[in-house]
This record gives sequence, structure tokens and C-alpha cells, in this order.
Amino acid sequence: MSGLDFDVSHLLAGGLVLVSFMLLYQTRIYALLNVYAAQAFVLSLAVVWQAFVQDKPHLYATAAVAFLFKAALIPYALHRAIDRLGLRREVENVVGIGATMLAGLACVALAIVVMLRIENEADALAREDLAFALAVILLGLLMMVVRRNVVSMVIGFMSLENGLILAAAGAKGMPLVVEFAVAFSVVVALVVIYVFLFRLQDRFGGVDVGVLEDFQGSRR
Amino acid sequence: MISDLAYQLLQMTLVIALAPGLTGLIRKVKARLTRRRGASVLQPYFDLARLARKEAIVADSATSYFRVAPYLIFASTWVAAALVPTFATGLMFSWSADLIAIVAILGFGRFALILAGMDVGTSFGGLGASREAMFATLAEPAMMTIVFCLALLAGSTQLSTIAEFMTTHDVGLRVTLGMALVALVMVAIAENGRIPADNPATHLELTMVHEAMILEYSGRHLALIELAAMLKLLLYVSIIGCVFAPWGLVAGEGRSLGVGLGVYLAKLAFAGVALGVFETSIAKMRVFRVPNFLGAALMLGLLGAMLLFVSRVLK
Amino acid sequence: MNALVGLLLVDLALLALAIAGAIRRNNALVYGGALALSTLGLALALTHFLGRAAPQTLVLPIGLPWLGAHFRLDALSAFFLALAHLGGAVASLYGLGYGRHEQEPGRVLPFYPAFLAGMSLVPLADDAYTFLVAWEFMSLSSWALVTAHHRSAENRNAGFVYLVMAAFGALMLLLAFGVLAGASGGYAFAAMRAHPPGAGVAALALALVVLGAGSKAGLAPLHVWLPLAHPAAPSHVSALMSGVMTKIAIYAFVRFAFDLLGAPDWRWSLPILLLGAATAALGVLSATMEVDLKRLLAFSTVENIGLIFLSLGLALAFKADDLSRAAALAFTAAMLHALNHMLFKSLLFFGAGAVLTATGARNLDRLGGLFDRMRWTSLAMLIGAAAIAGLPPLNGFVSEWLMLQAVLLGPAFPQWTLKLLALAMGAVVALVAALAAAAFARMFGIAFLGRPRSPEAASATDADPTMRYAMAGLAGACLLAGIFPGVLIDALKPLAEAAVGAAMPLQAKIPWTSIAPIAESRSSYNGLLVLIFFVASGSAAAFVIHRVASAAIRRAPAWDCGFPNADPATQYTAVSFAEPIRRVYGPFAFAARAEVDMPRPGEARPARITVHMSDRIWRGLYAPIGRAVAAVATWLNPLQFLTIRQYLSVVFGALLALLLLLAIRS
Repeated sequence: MSGLDFDVSHLLAGGLVLVSFMLLYQTRIYALLNVYAAQAFVLSLAVVWQAFVQDKPHLYATAAVAFLFKAALIPYALHRAIDRLGLRREVENVVGIGATMLAGLACVALAIVVMLRIENEADALAREDLAFALAVILLGLLMMVVRRNVVSMVIGFMSLENGLILAAAGAKGMPLVVEFAVAFSVVVALVVIYVFLFRLQDRFGGVDVGVLEDFQGSRR
Repeated sequence: MISDLAYQLLQMTLVIALAPGLTGLIRKVKARLTRRRGASVLQPYFDLARLARKEAIVADSATSYFRVAPYLIFASTWVAAALVPTFATGLMFSWSADLIAIVAILGFGRFALILAGMDVGTSFGGLGASREAMFATLAEPAMMTIVFCLALLAGSTQLSTIAEFMTTHDVGLRVTLGMALVALVMVAIAENGRIPADNPATHLELTMVHEAMILEYSGRHLALIELAAMLKLLLYVSIIGCVFAPWGLVAGEGRSLGVGLGVYLAKLAFAGVALGVFETSIAKMRVFRVPNFLGAALMLGLLGAMLLFVSRVLK
Repeated sequence: MNALVGLLLVDLALLALAIAGAIRRNNALVYGGALALSTLGLALALTHFLGRAAPQTLVLPIGLPWLGAHFRLDALSAFFLALAHLGGAVASLYGLGYGRHEQEPGRVLPFYPAFLAGMSLVPLADDAYTFLVAWEFMSLSSWALVTAHHRSAENRNAGFVYLVMAAFGALMLLLAFGVLAGASGGYAFAAMRAHPPGAGVAALALALVVLGAGSKAGLAPLHVWLPLAHPAAPSHVSALMSGVMTKIAIYAFVRFAFDLLGAPDWRWSLPILLLGAATAALGVLSATMEVDLKRLLAFSTVENIGLIFLSLGLALAFKADDLSRAAALAFTAAMLHALNHMLFKSLLFFGAGAVLTATGARNLDRLGGLFDRMRWTSLAMLIGAAAIAGLPPLNGFVSEWLMLQAVLLGPAFPQWTLKLLALAMGAVVALVAALAAAAFARMFGIAFLGRPRSPEAASATDADPTMRYAMAGLAGACLLAGIFPGVLIDALKPLAEAAVGAAMPLQAKIPWTSIAPIAESRSSYNGLLVLIFFVASGSAAAFVIHRVASAAIRRAPAWDCGFPNADPATQYTAVSFAEPIRRVYGPFAFAARAEVDMPRPGEARPARITVHMSDRIWRGLYAPIGRAVAAVATWLNPLQFLTIRQYLSVVFGALLALLLLLAIRS
């Protein structure tokens, strides 16, 4: 693989990690959605590049699906949901931004250490793609842990899923059906979450998951 | 040898001569963008000359440190600015301080400035000084992580060597460099007290930092501190220019001095216009949002340095 | 004469001086004698160190009958001895003046030379028994000095905590020696060197040493005694404790980790690096919050110890991976920082002592405006503050710069964990340096600049001549070490060779007294030139402005945006200066939260802000231990009220149980 091919895919995958950090940093819901859309856009670019480099036309389809669903449909749907629910615009963090960022950096470091230890078994590109993908997945999980607002938890879940797609695109020989299954599962998840969101708002008048904790009878 | 010395002296006078012009240009751009005519680009020169001619008023409660501080601040900033490649690399004395040392020399100037702010014993001085100290605790590590990005890539912390590396080697498209650039711009904005971190144009605003520290200064002392602030802005622009736009730098024989100077002036003009446009299009942030802003720069720098390890061979 | 014998005689003479001090409480006798002896010791140690003489050994038939007392003088111990005697000499010079203001000379004079003797005996010891005796002697004599002003409950508490932690540390070192000596019982260091331990034993011994030496040096979370005990002692003793005694603890760590334990494993460096980084960050954050001048300095000692351990951790990792040039760089940085820290921390404690003598206040918020009233002290403190803040062209910057250069060699590690960790360590060093600059700008600005916050501060006068000389000497040393670092780096060569088997490239052959740790194209720094540039450009600016423009000065009331307030209470205080930093780092580091009680418009009561901060380490680690000890003590309390027959039966029962155990085992 030539230097430029490598550089561009590296740039795009690194950009995806960076956008994941921007998600962690955002404190406003609408900005969060926009950044999520940007992440999906970068993801589809990365997948397109992989399709071009690996010469696998079916990856173009994956990219298109990712772009259509994640950069357009899901942000739009969530946007409308927030409008209709009249949610507060600010997102509360359980942990401070500084500590979250540090934890995020530690996650990236962990991903790099774990993946790059596999020295010779895979080629450089796949290995590093996997490192980035794992970092994105960990950052998504982290986001779900540190936020209490359901919308941002959903975004965390979706960005985690973006990491999976990146991994799938980088790994050679991933069958098309798997990717479609993953994409489809996200749509299903969106529907479920949509219902959940509205039920939450109906019952408790807010989407802070803290209200659910009062119903854990066994805890006290 | 003689020509090296001449280059070095030229650089030292050049930075002093150009720094007020850069500030004047930014003010002009901002004025035009808000549909005002604005003062002449040369206005900062006149201001400095007027301040220098006036008598200096020193508060009764000021100690003798108050009168020494402007010279310390100015000297440290000037030394730092003299060591950054502006139009040429490999200046005669550029090896006497690498990028880490340049950051630390600027830290010396800031230390002197913070103390000067606390000297008269007014609440404004303390307010500015304490905020500046807090910003610095994040800006300096952020700057250092940017240095790590560059140094790990170029295998050197010398600015000249980094600049030469950037021109001569196949650096390629690197996500690290993008992150380092963004982080460096963020640090530069905060360090120079520009919008959105601080507003250089206001007095008596609750959020001011730099202006609060130098509130008690007047006359030639104020002129020196203002000139030091302008030099610092020029210095950051020069660092960004020589690392991320290392074109036209005069390196050794065979390159023309005229081209180097011309390209450098063009870079300065571009930076001035860009900064003016940026400042007019953005609102100042609350003072306790600045730590998040700088924290993001720090994070970008560290992330960039980490991603270096995942990329092509690292020296 | 043999340097080793000479140094032992110096220690003996110091002990004699201690007895003399107990009999005749003469200030000039004790401090003058200590000054002369320390200077002699310094000369002996330096001759050995700089002359690169071969190690000297000596066995005296004292101590344990089958072991004897082994002494050895090699490069490592000579360096730390020189450091200890240098610190002792300047502290004694300072003490000549400072001791005259001492309220309880009878509780200081006898123990001061004894403390010096203890500190300069530890590096000479060459077997476990001598080492521990010297170590305990150092601990106990310093404990006596900490409790010299025993009338304040605070100092008694400090003494108690210190005694407990010192006992704990000594126990850990004892166990470490036990583990190393093994069943064969080779307690001489030579025997331990001859039989390096296996991997598991070495790791266990390292853990014990980190606990033992770390508790003396002030490594988190074992640092809790340090900010209590160091400030409680008289100021020149505080300077010795912070400047020298912590370095003796570093010596103990280096002696074990780089010498006795044999070839290191790269995993050893992980706890050292992490503990060092945590210590540095915690120490400097505490220093930025502290309002007591001497406690602030003690917290900054914790910070610097953290930096030294961090650098030693890097050196250990480089050594384990056979990157010996890099290891030499990291190790030299650590040793240089140890020396530099001794210089500027002694200076700062001396200044704090001068301020304390002049104003009677240690609280920053009772000081202010001392700059013109205490000119010598202020200038010396300014240099010390700038040096410890890591600003060029002073010495603190050089060692931190070398640490960063070592960090930048991180990509050479074969282990991914270390590559990334080195990077994180670099960020920590930068963060700590920036916070230290903030802490010391705050210290100097509040204490020496501004308007006096108390009548005592308004009428302060400068220190005694000998105190001034000691401070001026140290300030000069800070500057010299900053502008001629190459000389020091070259001098430290035998040290690095002994510890990591390589040395940094020779700096003397680089022109213009520059230093270049790896290669000139990679990085170089020239403190001398930076200083010359500073002076030249500053005076050029002053000359031009005064000649061409105006030199007129007019005194007037402060402007303060048109609303000047004559009350010094309107100034920023130490607490208010720390507020922005507390808001950023406080919630994370100290669980800090502020409650603002703002009266509604029309209400007459004042607004009130209450800040809650808690020491997480004390609350999470020490308080539970304290509670457990108290609970056990309560449970065992009935043992105090037994009859004499019952006591005897307890003793008898214990004896029988032990004999039975012996019978079963064999």
C-alpha cells in the first residue's frame, strides 16, 4: 500500500476518534446531534476510502447506508423528538469535562496498546484501523456512562456502533450481510429508543435517567 | 559568521518593528468588518511613542519591583521572539533555546507580569493575576503537548530543525499535524488574550484578564508592556508560520533574503486578517469556560501525540 | 588521608559537638562548629567524587559481633554526602543568625549536629545493620527538632504523626533487607550485590523499599506527615529536612533499585512512574491552595520528590530495556533535580525563616509589602521562587528540561505501555511545572508585594547578616547552576555510570557552554546566553527609553479604575488568588465545593462563601486505619487492669506457645 493511501485512511480514522472526543466535550443537545452527524459523515468517508483502497464495491453500499441513516435520518429524528418534547438544551454530566477527557484519553491509549501488540499477524492498516475502531467504541461506552440525559446516552450508543462499522470496514473479508445486519439493528434500536424516550417524558416529565433510580426498590 | 550575526540582528529589529503593525492590521480589519473606518494601521506605533514620551505615574503603594517589572517582561518576550525563525531558519543563536525553552522564557515573562499585577495591592490587579495564573496552568501543558507532537515527528525540539523537516521531508497528510495546528491556534488565542478567551479592547469588564493586571501602569512602563504583548502575538504567529507553513524560509546560502522577507510579511498579513475575521465572528466566552477551551487544546495535543504512534514509522 | 575515614571522623566530631551543645548552649559554638565540620565534609566528599576515586571500604568491629560495621564510599554515596554537607554548611551559616532568635535553644542546639551526623552517616553505611542504625538516628534526631517547639498542640501532633510514619518506614526497610538477605543472612551490601535476588523476591523488596524510602521522601500517599513535620521545625532545620533528608531517602531508593536489586524489570518502573506523577500533581495542587508559608514550601517539596521519582522511574525503565544513553539522561536529570531542589528549597525555607523572624507570621494573609522592607530576603526569595517555578535561566528549568528530553526518547521503548506512559509523564511534568509557577507567583506576590496586611508586616526589617549571606550564597548557586549546567552534568558522569552503566555525552566540548543531552541537532539549551540576552535586551530597552523618551516619575495614589480603597483588606488574599485554580482542579483533587450564601436585596446580613475541601488520602486511607487502631485498642483495653498473676500467666502462656510452635515446626 502506498504512503498516500495509508495517510488518508489514517487521517479519516483519526478524525473519527477526534469527533468522538468532540461528542464527549459537547454540553448542548443540538450541538451534540450536529457533531454526531459529522461523525457519521466522517465514518462514511472512511468507509468509502476503504472501498476504494481495498477495491470492494460493496463497501460503497455500507457507506451509503451509514450516510443516509446516521448522518441524516437519525439526527433529524432525534432533533424532531427533542423539539416535540421541549427538552432542556443543556446536558448534565455526572463527571466533570476534564475528568471525562482524561478518561477518554486513557481509553484511546488502552485501545492502542491492546491492538498494536499484535505485531506481525495483521498488516499495518488493518491493525491501526482496529485500534481506532476500538477507541471509538470505548469512547461511546464512556459517553453512555458519564451522561445522565437519555438523548446523549443514545448518541453514545450510536457512536459506539459507528466504531463497529469502522472495524468491519477495515477488516478484510467481512461479509456484506453482517454490515447490513448491523445497520438494520441501529434502526431498530432507534425505534425502541424513540418509544422509550416518549414514555419517559410522559411518565416522569423528564429524560434524566436519574428518575428511574427511585424505582429500584431492592437497593435500599 | 558576520552574515549570521547580521541576520540575527535583523531578526531582532524586525520583530520589534513589525509587531505593532500586526496589531494595527488586526484592529483595522475588525473595524472594517464592523463597518467602521478604523484607525490607521500605523496607529499602534503612534500610541507607543506617545506613551513613551509621557511621565510614568507610580502608585504610592507600589514597591520598587513595580518599576523593574516592565523591563523584565519586555526583555523576556523580546528574547523569545528573537529565537523563533521568522524569515530564516538556523539563526546564529537559535540553538541557545529550543521550543521548550522558548515556552519557558515566555513563562518567565508571564511570571513577572503576574507579580507586577499583584504589586500595587488593588483588587483588579489580583483578579487579573489570579486568572492569568489559572489560564497558564492549562495553556503551558497544552503548548508542551504540541511540542511533543512536533518533536516526536521531527526528532528534534529545535524550531529551525522542525521547520526544515517540514519543508524537506515527505511529511504527508497527518491527523496529528491537524490536531497540533488547531491546538496551537487555541493556545495562541488564550495566551495572547484574544477573543474568545479575553478581550484586548476592553477596560472595566468583569472578564478582563490581561488589562486588569496592567491597570496601574502608565507612560513608558505601559508602552513596554504593550509592546511586549504585541511581540508575543507576533511570536505565536511566527511559530505557527514556520511550523505549519514553512515556505520561503531563508536557509543558508542560495535563498534570497527578499523572498524570505516578502513571504514572511505575507504570512503575517494573512494571519492578521484571519484573526480579525475570526474575532469579529465569535463571541467572548465566560471566564470559567476558558479552562474547558484550554483543556480541549491540551487534549488535542495529547491525542495527536498518541496517534503519532499509530502512524507511519516514527523516528 | 583516606576520605572515608575523614568523613567518619567528621560524623564523630558532629556527635561530639552535639554533646557539647547539650552541655554549653552556645549558639556560635554549635553552628560555627557545624559550619566548619560540614565544610570539611563537603571538601572530602567532593574530592572523592570529582577525583573519581575508586570506592573505599572499611570494616569496624562495632555493632553486631558477627557482622561488624561496614562502610563504603563510592560515587553514589559521595554525591549524596556532598549534597548533605553542602546543605548542612549553608544551614549552619544561616543558623548563626537565625539561632539567636530561637526561644528554646536547649531543644535545638544538641540535636542539630546530631541530625547532621545522622544524615551524613546513612550514605556511608555498607551493611543493613549500620544503615538502619544511621537511618533511625537521622529520624529520631529530626523528630526531636520537629518537637522543639512542643508547646503548640499543632507541633505535638506533627511530631506524633512523624514518629509513626518514621517507624513504619524503618520497618519496611528492615523487611526489605530481610527479604534481600534471605535465609543465608548476608546483611553486608557486598553480599547482597554478589547474590542478586530472583524476580519475585526483587519485586517484593522493591515494593518494601518504595514504602520505606518513599515514606521518608514524601511519596504519596505516604506524604501526610511531611507538610506537618517540616514546617514545625525551626526554619533552618525545615530547610535541612526538605532539602537534604528527603534526598537521603532518594539515596536509599537509588541504592536499592539501581544497585542492590540487580538488573531491573521494565514493570518495576510502572508503580514508580505512576506514584511519582501522582505525588507531583497532588503536592503542587496542595501548594497552590495552602496559606501557611512554610507548609506551602513543604507541599512543594512533595511535588519535587514526585518529579525526581518520576525521572528515576524513567531511568529504571530505560535501563531495563537496555537503552543506556536514555537511562543516563533520565538518571542525570533526577540527580540534577535533587541537587537543584536542595539549593532552592533551602533558600526558600531560609527566606520563610527570615520572614517569620521579622513579622512573627507564617500565614500569607498576614504578610505583604515586604519587598522594599526586606530587600535582601525578597530578592533571594524572588530568585528561589523563579528557580523552583522552572523558569530560565535558573537551575530548576534545566533539570525539568532534561526530564522532558528524556520523555521525548519514549518512542524508543519496545513496550507500548511505556511509550504511551512516557508521553503522559511528559504532560504531567509540564502541568506540574506550570502549577508550580502559579503557586510561587502567588507565594511571592502575596507575601512580598502589595500592601502590608498586618502591622507587623508594615514594620518588618531585613534579616541578620549571616542569614543574608546564606540566602545570597544559595541564590547565587541557583543562578550559577542554571547558567553552567554543562559543568554539573559532566560532574555527574560517574554517578550515571555507576547507576545505569552509561553517561550523557560530554558537555564540556560543546562550544559556548551549551548543553545538548543527545545531539545538538536534536535539542540544545544555553542558560548563559539566555541570561546575557535578558540583561542586554532589558538594559538596551531601559537605556533607549530613558535617553530618547522620558525618565520622569510621579508618585500618586493608586488608580484602581477610579475607586481606590485605602484599606489593605481590599487586596486579593492568598485564598482569593487560589480561587480560579481551585475551581478548575479542586473538585477533582480535593472534592472541593463552594457554597455561596447570597442575601437577597434589602437584607442586611453579609454575603458568605464557604469552601469545603477534604484530603481524600487522609479520609480514605489514614482515617480508617486510625479508627481500626482505636477500635483494637479499646478492645484490648481490659489488659491494662489485670492482676500481677494474670500478667505473669500471659507471659508464661506466650513463652509456651512459642516453644510449642518451635517443637511442631522442627
